[in-house]
Amino acid sequence: MAWQLNFAEFPLLSFIIWLPVAGSLLLLFVPRRAETLIKIVALAVALADFVASLPLWFQFDRHFSGFQFVEKHPWIKAFGVQYFLGVDGISVLFILLSALITILCILISWESITKKVKEFYISLLLTSAAMIGVFCSLDLFLFYIFWEAMLIPMYLIIGIWGGPRRLYATIKFFLYTLLGSVLMLIGIIVIYLKTGTFEIPRLMEAGFPYGLQILLFLAFFAAFAVKVPMWPVHTWLPDAHTEAPTAGSVILAGILIKMGAYGFLRFSLAFFPKATVALSVPMLVLSIIAIIYGGLACLAQSDLKRLIAYSSVSHMGFVTLGIFSLTANGVEGAILQMINHGVVTGALFMCVGIVYDRTHSREISYYGGLASVMPVYAAFFLVFTMASIGLPGTNGFVGEFLILLGTFTAKKWAAVFAALGVIIGACYMLWLYQRVFCQKINPNIVGLPGMKLRELVALLPMFILILWIGVYPKPFLSFMHQSVNDLLQHIHQAGSVTSITQLLKEGLYAVLPS
Amino acid sequence: MHAETAKYVSDAMHYVAWIPGLPFLASVITLVFGRWFIRDKAHWLPCLAVFGSFLISLKALWDVIHGTWANFDLFTWVAAAGIKVGVGFQIDPLSVMMLAMVCSLSFLIHVYSIGYMAGDPGYYRFFAYISLFTFSMLMLVSANNFLQLFFGWEAVGLCSYLLIGFWYEKKSAADAAKKAFIVNRFGDFGFALGVFLVFVFFGSLYYQDVFSRVHEIAHETLNIFGHEVAVATLIALLLFCGAVGKSAQFPLHVWLPDAMEGPTPVSALIHAATMVTAGVFMVARCHQIFELSPVAMAVVAAAGTFTCFMAATIAPTQFDIKRVIAFSTLSQLGYMFMACGVGAFAAGMFHLFTHAYFKALLFLGAGSVIHAMHHAPDPNDMRYMGGLKKYMPITYWTFLIASLSIAGIPGLAGFFSKDEILASAFFSQYPWGKFVWAVGTFVAFLTAFYSFRVVFMTFYGEFRGREVLHGKEPHESPKVMTVPLMLIAIGAVAAGWIGIPEILGGGNHFAHFMAPVLGHPEFHVPEGFEHAEKTLEFGLMGLSVAAGLLGIFLAWLVYVKKPVLQTLVPRKLPLVYRYLFRKWYWDEIYLYLIVKPTLWVANIFVGLIVDTFVIENTVNGLPATVRVVGGGLRRFQSGVVQHYALIMAFGVVALFILFHYYF
Repeated sequence: MAWQLNFAEFPLLSFIIWLPVAGSLLLLFVPRRAETLIKIVALAVALADFVASLPLWFQFDRHFSGFQFVEKHPWIKAFGVQYFLGVDGISVLFILLSALITILCILISWESITKKVKEFYISLLLTSAAMIGVFCSLDLFLFYIFWEAMLIPMYLIIGIWGGPRRLYATIKFFLYTLLGSVLMLIGIIVIYLKTGTFEIPRLMEAGFPYGLQILLFLAFFAAFAVKVPMWPVHTWLPDAHTEAPTAGSVILAGILIKMGAYGFLRFSLAFFPKATVALSVPMLVLSIIAIIYGGLACLAQSDLKRLIAYSSVSHMGFVTLGIFSLTANGVEGAILQMINHGVVTGALFMCVGIVYDRTHSREISYYGGLASVMPVYAAFFLVFTMASIGLPGTNGFVGEFLILLGTFTAKKWAAVFAALGVIIGACYMLWLYQRVFCQKINPNIVGLPGMKLRELVALLPMFILILWIGVYPKPFLSFMHQSVNDLLQHIHQAGSVTSITQLLKEGLYAVLPS
Repeated sequence: MHAETAKYVSDAMHYVAWIPGLPFLASVITLVFGRWFIRDKAHWLPCLAVFGSFLISLKALWDVIHGTWANFDLFTWVAAAGIKVGVGFQIDPLSVMMLAMVCSLSFLIHVYSIGYMAGDPGYYRFFAYISLFTFSMLMLVSANNFLQLFFGWEAVGLCSYLLIGFWYEKKSAADAAKKAFIVNRFGDFGFALGVFLVFVFFGSLYYQDVFSRVHEIAHETLNIFGHEVAVATLIALLLFCGAVGKSAQFPLHVWLPDAMEGPTPVSALIHAATMVTAGVFMVARCHQIFELSPVAMAVVAAAGTFTCFMAATIAPTQFDIKRVIAFSTLSQLGYMFMACGVGAFAAGMFHLFTHAYFKALLFLGAGSVIHAMHHAPDPNDMRYMGGLKKYMPITYWTFLIASLSIAGIPGLAGFFSKDEILASAFFSQYPWGKFVWAVGTFVAFLTAFYSFRVVFMTFYGEFRGREVLHGKEPHESPKVMTVPLMLIAIGAVAAGWIGIPEILGGGNHFAHFMAPVLGHPEFHVPEGFEHAEKTLEFGLMGLSVAAGLLGIFLAWLVYVKKPVLQTLVPRKLPLVYRYLFRKWYWDEIYLYLIVKPTLWVANIFVGLIVDTFVIENTVNGLPATVRVVGGGLRRFQSGVVQHYALIMAFGVVALFILFHYYF
């Protein structure tokens, strides 16, 4: 009952995934020198892809908890691998967000990418296809292909079009994610050997033995924790963000790091419910460390992008906190916060890109008094700052509120510590805003041109989403209710187990002299 | 006591949504079009919108007086598992009084700002922000649930941030704005946890659901570090954290004096009359929860009493005219919490109401003086003022009225409300009532002293600012500023007349109007005075009036009659003077106890040691590995890099085809 399928008449998901690939093939035939044409084609493909994904918003059945728009074809028959796509309330919004962010990335890169233009847009479109593929896959094997495939264009985007230390950053990024992925691959193979299937809906009901669940959970955890990134495997993120071109940072923040959290929801919670319950407290602790540690690290940064990258660590800590609170409010808040973080941090990186294009400096001390020079830009940045702080009326508040509320009902201490992050968040963001936008005008930035229409258009969707989700989040939350409820029921039905902390405590008592 | 909840109806008074709605629209339009199209006409729309709100709030007041209360949702805001909260309004005596007060003052201060802000490059921005503030404040007071209260709570904080930092190019202004926001966040931290606890125990965030079932938590306890703590105490104290931040009570009071960096109309509206009183309003709104917990009541009373006293000792040492009034605000907010802490919530709200008028008047008067002095290097410094009575008579007279009102001279607004608080404290059922009363009466003396110190230093004697003004004479402000001064002066005189106590022949209408929401405090007449209650009450009143008169006399003696006395305290008691002048050193204490250690941890511990050395080296394994592998990859990659994307595209497609046919 829980994991029904709604088959689609038209292979919509395939269309959304393969359209950008077709677009990038088309780009191959556009002459290298026709740069404007390349950009227009890429933009047209991205727009078409976004329009094609809109039926997901309008036709998604919000009262149905299983998978919808399902396509299922045998692919590698020998191993039972299938080309199996579908979405549910947990994944559907990310497809829309990925399609949207691709458009914005093209707009924001319009003038800042000047070398190897053709390859850049090909990479961008391929990234988009792979990202959407990750969120649609209902076959573990297919999922793993998309998961790895998306690394390659991302690696190129940072490695070719990045900043001065881009090689160091790409190698670090690649090694970290690869290490995690290898462990996950082992986990996938073990799962296949145990069950003989890659079908995700069937695996959700596989019911592995408790001990194996713990091991598999840890194997998958390695991959997802690096992607999120959770403390202490977060150090690739600041480097990758700092060196990436604007579009790379936006994709990293907007979609790529969401895949880790998505992986927790789709696999860890659903496949290994007992292990999830047992390990929830250590996960909460790691989340809290990420929240506070990431926030404190922000206070120590002198580089705009590094600061926002560390703020991502802190914000993603809230997401994992919500997930492992294992309450409906917490999980819904976490999914919403994933969207929110994609929107807000994506927008902040676009903002940094906008001034970087003008000044070629990311040093905070290079700026000052920017509000007088670029007032419209300052207004946008202020809204994004407030959304990042989680001011009510912006999307950040709704997400953080639900997460903290859910966590509070489950583990009060965790919510209390996590809420400290809200204070630190205000400190670093407002301090950043003050140093960049207030005070005396820094001579470096006198006479900078204001925002262009293209830049305004790129920021506007984010601005609208921030206020829309902040004031009326119902349409977004209504996607999740059914799927989240089923997922949590699935977890809580798995029965109670001895938690790891309990085991540790008992072990400690046994060792310690009473 | 609260059987009145049945009074609320859901299908009436939907027009009240326009009260916050109009300033919101005005603000958005001004913000979007102000820079290019409206510019120096930016005041029209916000002024008209707030005046419209004022008229609608009068209509709402009329309806409530005639027995219609409303409680309805406009739309559902957040709906998730087990929680559903709307954007909604609860209109009853408490909220309608706040609506009328906020709208009336906001309108007059909008008008005053036309003169005060004239010619400022951010003219449109100012009006957009201040009407956004009005919207937020109105949402805060008319909310029917905790989440919308929190929305308003944070939104007024944002506007306060924007307006304190209005002249953002000044570092001190930008610093003050940031400080205000962050200090408030500490309070909000507790407030949010309090709201979570409310949800955990009541399963709803609507006031009506919570307050009608408040007795259910009377005997609930929570185990915290092995101690059983009453839930009511916990909720009340956590909510009170928010109030301490917003209403600038000790220990989170440090942001308010610095907030004076904002334009003076902002100080009058936000940092005196409305926003800073939101904490008192919230405590009154949630009084059912506070009343369940004597511990919480004691804490409220203690915070109020201490702040009241501390601020009143600092005010006489300051020379910045706005800072003196800011400390006076801290002290008066302390009075309001003292009232709440002895269970006299109506008295606290009454003082909130009268204080709004006389304190706004004080600030606007100070603004008028600053406007006259604005060519001086520091136009706020009272040492360069003096004798302004002759140059700006309207400002002088209105300022004098406000000062007499705050000093508690009979007949004026401040007298009635302060006396109500002191009497309620003295006759309180709570054991700390007498102490609160004693401190309150002593502070009444200090209040009169520092208030009239300002009057005498500013308006009396000889004008001392000729040099800093380069011989120019100060001048009276334009009509657009003085007319609002005169109108608010009426409020500073008459606002108290709606609450004249019975023993003075009044009807105490304010308390009766509020009673259905706030209840009546119990009156405990001390033993031996059962038959002399009236005499005792008159005696208390006489004592506080005498304290006020003594303060005025002392100020006159020191600042008019014998100026040589001014140096007496700095000379004889330099340590005490310095301690008070430096505001009890709270800023320094926080700097070295919280700010510096946090930055130290962030920079040295997190930034340098852990992130760079420990984690990098542990997680990367040997850094050499990275270099070796990196070197290898680099060589592999050079040369054909630009074709990688291409190869990848083909590769994926090829993989698909390959697998499809060969397996």
